[in-house]
Amino acid sequence: MKYKLLSFARQAGLIILVAWTVVSLVTFLIEFVPGTPATAILGETATQEQIDNFNRKHGLDRPAFFFSISTDEGFEWHGLNNRYYDYFAGLLRGDLGTSFRTDRPVLDMILERYPATIKLALASMLVAIGIAIPLGILAGTNKGRIIDNAASFVALLGISLPTFVVGPFLVYIFAVKLEFLRPTGSLYPEDIILPAVTLGAALSAILTRMVRSSVIEELGEDYVRTARAKGLSERTVIYKHVLKNGLIPVVTILGLQLGVLLAGSIITEKIFSWQGLGLLLLDEGIAKRDYRLVQGCVLVISLTYILANTLTDVVYRWLDPRIRLN
Amino acid sequence: MNRLTYIGLAIASIVIFVAIFAPFLATHDVTAQNLELRFAAPSAEHWFGTDGLGRDVFSRVLFGARISLQVGIIVVTVSAIVGIFIGSIAGFYGGWVDRILSGYLFNVFLAFPGLLLAIAFVAFLGAGLDKLIVALCIIGWVGYARVMRGQVLKVREYDFVQAARALGASNMRILFTHILPNAIQPLIVQSSLGMAGAVLSEASLSFLGLGIPPPAPSWGTMIEEARNFFSIYPHVLFFPGAAIALTVLAFNFIGDGLREYLDPKQRTR
Repeated sequence: MKYKLLSFARQAGLIILVAWTVVSLVTFLIEFVPGTPATAILGETATQEQIDNFNRKHGLDRPAFFFSISTDEGFEWHGLNNRYYDYFAGLLRGDLGTSFRTDRPVLDMILERYPATIKLALASMLVAIGIAIPLGILAGTNKGRIIDNAASFVALLGISLPTFVVGPFLVYIFAVKLEFLRPTGSLYPEDIILPAVTLGAALSAILTRMVRSSVIEELGEDYVRTARAKGLSERTVIYKHVLKNGLIPVVTILGLQLGVLLAGSIITEKIFSWQGLGLLLLDEGIAKRDYRLVQGCVLVISLTYILANTLTDVVYRWLDPRIRLN
Repeated sequence: MNRLTYIGLAIASIVIFVAIFAPFLATHDVTAQNLELRFAAPSAEHWFGTDGLGRDVFSRVLFGARISLQVGIIVVTVSAIVGIFIGSIAGFYGGWVDRILSGYLFNVFLAFPGLLLAIAFVAFLGAGLDKLIVALCIIGWVGYARVMRGQVLKVREYDFVQAARALGASNMRILFTHILPNAIQPLIVQSSLGMAGAVLSEASLSFLGLGIPPPAPSWGTMIEEARNFFSIYPHVLFFPGAAIALTVLAFNFIGDGLREYLDPKQRTR
């Protein structure tokens, strides 16, 4: 019990440390913007007064960190009067700052788009599972035969085809030629099909390989021989025994791949004009140089990823008691 | 090695050949515009047709191989060197050094999903070839470091390492002349897969407008430019798309084949 608590505390401590570093990195990146955010937003023709006002409004007139070192003034201590502290203090209050462009709270802008991105990520995960499990079992149970080679080839093809190539071609076939679906947008429920398939295709390829090797490994275990010796049908052996055990590592991969989905959704959202976090980051944040919004989006996506990984870890430990002992 | 590995090697050789000899193979100037010949279909004059500015797609795809391979090779080399160095230090010294490096530093870099760190980096610093390469190295090294750490942890327990230690070899000598050569094998697999990843990431960032700015013929940029017209002129998107897919596929085939070759448990034949 004592050991369990200690390991839990260590894990929690690590997550907090990693999250803190991620926030710090995101906070510091804004310091590297060429020129200053004020001139990027207001343009070269802005008067000094406009620039001062902008900087004051967004707290950019305050020092960047707890201390500063410069050639003229040497080491200077600023105490809590700094932007780094401001951002963290705001974060703890659930405040991600105000957009440089729209003057709206960044958190509100993100919350409007967040559900669309999560919906897309979950839908593509369903697509991926739907493709990967049958294909992986088929390949694994026919190891070395032509069906296995074909499935493995398809899987590698899926990994190698970028979403921005797959997406437009799916649009070309299903929206332009067959006219089944609309090419872009996120207004109607069926609009999710093309983006979800595009994003899910890459993940399904990774999952197929995982399911395949997992099935191959489990088929070599003693319990499979026992089950077969009992006279169970091959179907029962695979679906009742092998699959149950074989899916445990797949769950982990699925959790870890959520990051790939979140990053991949940025590209997919752009292809299909899907109104999610990725499009917000690209169109409103990066394109319009709204650095406060970019900070917020990067932070929220990263923290979602960290949270998903932590949850995966918990589920994995719960599913497989052997890991708890290690 | 299986058949797919040889196919991969063949495609990769062609891509490398094309990248080296692009100036001799190209039929047109890559930036020469001809607005009267916009979106021309593939023909004897323009083998892959022309794009929205009347530029020759075939020549642009050839030169695109240069950019992709250049980015891929630099990113893989730098990431591998940094990763091997940090990974071997973590694995060799263990203890608190390992706890800080693999327990903390690796996790920080793994806490950003894939491309996001690169996107954030380029978004704040501005687009450009040099920044793109730095961004991809920043996300790339940790993969090599993890593999290397695992390898060093295993190899350092071998008898010949104990023997070297008993003979009074210094830590650095043990690490670099005894452990490293015996731990490097899986890194070859990682490098091949890393090459595929770097080519894909470069194209993705260029597609998002965060990579190499136009008019440079990056495959990703070509797809981004073709995106709004592909429903009428699919050839403009097809050729750069196929070039990316084939190159990435080739390096994935090689990496996969090598992994199977080096790990007898995975061998099917």
